[in-house]
Amino acid sequence: MSIAQESIITKPVKRRFKRTPYLLILPGVGWLFLFFLFPLSTLLATSLQKPAGISPDDGYLPAFKVSNYSSALIEYYPQFFRAFLYSGIATVICLLLAYPIAYYMAFRARKYRNLMLVLIVAPFFASFLLRTNAWKTILSGDGLVVSVLNSINLLPQDRILNTSLAVVAGLTYNFLPFMILPLYTSLEKIDPRLIEAAGDLYSPPSQRFWKVVWPLSLPGVISGTLLTFIPASGDYINAELLGSIKDKMIGNVIQSQFIDLRDYPTASALSFTFMAIILVMIYLYIRKAGTDDLV
Amino acid sequence: MASNRPKVEDLHLVNLSKTFGDFKAVDNLTLTIPAGSFFALLGPSGCGKTTTLRMVAGLEEPTSGQIKLGQEDVTNLPPYKRWVNTVFQSYALFPHLTIYENVAFGLRRQKAQDIDNQVKAMLELVELTTQAQKKPQQLSGGQQQRVAVARALINEPDVLLLDEPLGALDLKLRRQMQLELKRIQTEVGITFVHVTHDQEEAMTMADTIAVMNEGKIEQMGSPVQIYEHPKTAFVANFLGQTNLFEGNVAGIDGDELAVKVKDVIFHVPLASTEIRSGRIVFGVRPEKVKIVDQGKTGLPKNQINGSIKLTAFVGVSTQYEVITNWGQEISAFEQNIDPSDLGRPGQAVTLAWEPRHTFVLDPDQDLTAGLDTSWDE
Repeated sequence: MSIAQESIITKPVKRRFKRTPYLLILPGVGWLFLFFLFPLSTLLATSLQKPAGISPDDGYLPAFKVSNYSSALIEYYPQFFRAFLYSGIATVICLLLAYPIAYYMAFRARKYRNLMLVLIVAPFFASFLLRTNAWKTILSGDGLVVSVLNSINLLPQDRILNTSLAVVAGLTYNFLPFMILPLYTSLEKIDPRLIEAAGDLYSPPSQRFWKVVWPLSLPGVISGTLLTFIPASGDYINAELLGSIKDKMIGNVIQSQFIDLRDYPTASALSFTFMAIILVMIYLYIRKAGTDDLV
Repeated sequence: MASNRPKVEDLHLVNLSKTFGDFKAVDNLTLTIPAGSFFALLGPSGCGKTTTLRMVAGLEEPTSGQIKLGQEDVTNLPPYKRWVNTVFQSYALFPHLTIYENVAFGLRRQKAQDIDNQVKAMLELVELTTQAQKKPQQLSGGQQQRVAVARALINEPDVLLLDEPLGALDLKLRRQMQLELKRIQTEVGITFVHVTHDQEEAMTMADTIAVMNEGKIEQMGSPVQIYEHPKTAFVANFLGQTNLFEGNVAGIDGDELAVKVKDVIFHVPLASTEIRSGRIVFGVRPEKVKIVDQGKTGLPKNQINGSIKLTAFVGVSTQYEVITNWGQEISAFEQNIDPSDLGRPGQAVTLAWEPRHTFVLDPDQDLTAGLDTSWDE
């Protein structure tokens, strides 16, 4: 007791300003400012500009043209809707495919676990564009998939390429690892003894899953679905390469507005609207899933 | 709660074996654990006690043999269909559920009636009512342990299995929980099967202890029985300290057997052994051995001279290592009634004990079996 008091008295109360932590985060903050905040505000400014003439070549003038937003939304709401529909379906399929794989890796795979991890990550070594292009070949009319499916009359349109099915399949394929990895991390952390304990406490296998494994894997489910849904809904490569003109998603619209039509205000307004919708959706989703309560 | 269930039944293990590859974890074990008893399976790590427990719980499939609850063969029943619950070694509480929901878990799965009242009564029994809405990781080790007991007990199983339930607690808390568990067991009257490597814990709580070694039961009996009359060197060494002597029968002296060790004659009760001639191994517990200055009279019959090698003052007692003239070390524990006259190393002393305090062991055994194993963990 006396020692503790003494040390309080003798130690200077002066609190030294510690510079090191601030210096250390400076590069990161600087990076964010330069490549995130600055472009974002430019984008916001652009989305409110008005055309200077009749042709895009005349350029755009600073303005406060809020109608850019309403007209963009009125014209392109089907692509918004399609983006969220396709990526939503792809996310659900990803979850259904990824869960058993992640479960197997976490609880059963043992010595094959690392091999499976490598196989799941391996596609990242090839470029996204290249892989999606490869799917064009895989799904082409004279390819194996189509001919097999056709021969057993499983194909409603006698083709896959240039259908919404192909777009969803492409999205599912491309974002599957983003679902598997967080799910695996979450499942791997579950103590197998908890599953034993549930069995001991009168839970048949289905209850063991729904009452113990599933709730404990929710953090992985949430991060997995977010990591899949967000990039998938903004994606335009899959719709571009695998879909028909009727399968365009909002990403395609933004891309063509920017690059082809050079209608920068509309493209910016669409980008901003898209970001806002995504943010609201994530907010609602996380609030519903209640991550605070999860371990 | 399934009120139409039959009353608590005896647990029978019949020729139970479990092998992992070439390793025989449990070797042809036959055992009856009476209903309502507090039964301890005691042994060093790797002796098969946990495997036995897991087979009873249904978490491990026996290689051969039977497990019966009363008349019912439960050997092939999955764990969720057995009236057996387990308190796991690391508790295995569900981290996503509150204490209340952890305790209610088993009842909810059984779709029991009146869950709320039962959970509240159970939380009261383990004195955790105020913690009901907390999550397991917010509780101390001792509290988590009580949740684990409550979560299992609330199902009123025929048998409650406890797998090293106090292993993660510090010494003081462990002592406290030992008495607590004993109290709960007396209160609910359910059969407790308790697996531990801690001999003191087993003796404190259990009515019956089975000492296991290499997949087999070495000896079974009440704590007093197996401590006072160990049958094998393993049991003698594993349960506390012991002094073992190897000698030859010199003759029969009334109701005692005279045994010659080197040039000293010791006496062993005739009733304690069938051996009447030849080689014999016997032992005595250190606390039975009196240590006095040489030349004193009126001592117990078994006596041996030696000199003190080591004196260790441990509070309740003083432990002496005395070396005989043939070089054997003998320990003696003396109660510290008057600690001012502790023996000093080098001092010549006489060790003496009553013949009835000696026990005779199987002479064909390795006399060092069971030594030091309790320090493994």
